[in-house]
Amino acid sequence: MVGSNRLSSRILFLYVPLALFTIFLLFPFYWMLIISLKPNSLLLNTKVNPLYLTEFTLRHYRYLFENTEFPRWAWNTAVVTFGATLLSLTCSILMGYALGRFRFRGGNLVGTAVFLAYLIPPTLLFIPLSQVVVRFGIYNQYWALILTYPTFLIPFASWLLMGYFRTIPRELEECAMIDGASRLQAMWRIVMPLALPGVLSAAIFSFTLSWNEFLYALVFMGSGQMKTIPVGTVNDLIRADVFQWGPLMAAAVLGSVPVAIVYMFFVDHYVSGMTAGAVKG
Amino acid sequence: MTTTPVRTIAPGMPLPLRQRIRLWIESEPVLAYLFMSPGWLILLLFMSYPFFLGIWISLTDRTVGLPTGEFVGLRNYRDLLRDGVFRLTVLNTFIYGFVTVPFKLLLGLLLALLLNQAFRLRNVLRAALLLPWIVPTALSSLAWLMLYDPVLSPFSWLLKDWGVVEGSIAFLGSRVNAIVSLCVANIWRGTPFFAVAILAGLQAVPHELHEAAAIEGANAIQRFFAVTLPVIRGIVVITTLFSIIWTFADFQLVYVLTKGGPANSTHIFGTFAWQEGIGGAGKLGMGAAVSLYMFPILAALSAILLRYVRSQET
Repeated sequence: MVGSNRLSSRILFLYVPLALFTIFLLFPFYWMLIISLKPNSLLLNTKVNPLYLTEFTLRHYRYLFENTEFPRWAWNTAVVTFGATLLSLTCSILMGYALGRFRFRGGNLVGTAVFLAYLIPPTLLFIPLSQVVVRFGIYNQYWALILTYPTFLIPFASWLLMGYFRTIPRELEECAMIDGASRLQAMWRIVMPLALPGVLSAAIFSFTLSWNEFLYALVFMGSGQMKTIPVGTVNDLIRADVFQWGPLMAAAVLGSVPVAIVYMFFVDHYVSGMTAGAVKG
Repeated sequence: MTTTPVRTIAPGMPLPLRQRIRLWIESEPVLAYLFMSPGWLILLLFMSYPFFLGIWISLTDRTVGLPTGEFVGLRNYRDLLRDGVFRLTVLNTFIYGFVTVPFKLLLGLLLALLLNQAFRLRNVLRAALLLPWIVPTALSSLAWLMLYDPVLSPFSWLLKDWGVVEGSIAFLGSRVNAIVSLCVANIWRGTPFFAVAILAGLQAVPHELHEAAAIEGANAIQRFFAVTLPVIRGIVVITTLFSIIWTFADFQLVYVLTKGGPANSTHIFGTFAWQEGIGGAGKLGMGAAVSLYMFPILAALSAILLRYVRSQET
């Protein structure tokens, strides 16, 4: 085959489709970014091409910090995210270890129950759950989300970690126990370090899912100062159909940055977690 | 925790009580249930309990602010069946859940096959193209809300500039337009998930098989169906079922883009349950009933998924 022929087929069948995918998947982010930096005079002028940025301003970002509750929302989101992640991770490591390691009656049944719990969506539960939250006296408090996010984090993380614990040979632990370590010591010193990649995947996933959650945050912490970034941005920055697009897009950018950063650092853990949890079964 | 090795005690010797308790606790079944108890406590309190409470609430006329309601039997369910908005909601959810998935699957498969080729910046691109699935959906939906704006939409601007359309397009202005717009945004969000899951499956396809098939004279399309597809079939089926379940039970995208409008014509189960139960009149019983109408469908999908996962394991 001739070289130029190969190159042109590569362009046609690889680079062109890839370019189209890139435009489709990344254009909304590009748009978010340029609108957040565009002065209002330019933004509302429908004569000029909206796709370019001829001058830019940080006014929208300043507005977000000076005239809205955005910093408070960010703090709320962070508190809830770390609380829910920590709690879920602790429960999931223990549960994943039990399911992946111990032989006990009903083990398969419990594993199946965890898998099914993972499939129960928040939209099925949020109305009665709001009543439970009120009854427990945690409505509009951090605990309302720290305790409810684990309902979708624990099944996922336990399932993922169960798979990880299974791949670590039993003999390693048994050797340590013959050498006089107790089971807990063997678990902590021998198995945990080996399962660390799995724990990291579970942690990153829990972080992302908590940071992004919307429905529970809207219903259980949707009033006053307790809003999270997504809820505050969607509910408070949009007032009576008057769209302040600049601050809205600035909030969208800032609210996305933390997950994007965590994700950039741990892409591979992310991908392996995603495929292990959702696909490997 | 003491470190006395338990196993040094000779058989037959009566054990001191403390060590007997410790042996019992460290036996596998006991330790297993002990380890699982914190997780199950949370799941029972915040998942099982609300599930059954939801069934009860759906049989009452309970409203927000009032502690209890009257038992009304199946009245909420019956009223919903007669409600035109609810019937439209069911239809919308099926369209939204089942029409978007083939597109996500096809585009995701295509993208995965592309990303499986060797080219420069491959890892960077793979990471960047997963972004729609990573960032908070409520926030990326805001970007779509602006992309669909009746006045400021860049799509309208471009099409007008190219002379394709005269005026701006009302992307969210009518039911049909709004549903198509919602589906496009959903496909945008879901395609990367399919791509990355399938890409992971593609990496398990043996290279030698491809080469052997190529030597035998099979073209790329034949090789895909004969060599690649059998290997990734499991992943494709499982990913598809997951996606149907999630799309079916979605909330954020519709809430941000249309809130069910115009004129309640684009609701899906989640947003309609929210409007009935929490926003609007706060009819908790009615809202709970809307949610529970999802249950049979979700249960059926979950059963299929579970069966499939089981069959893959063995």
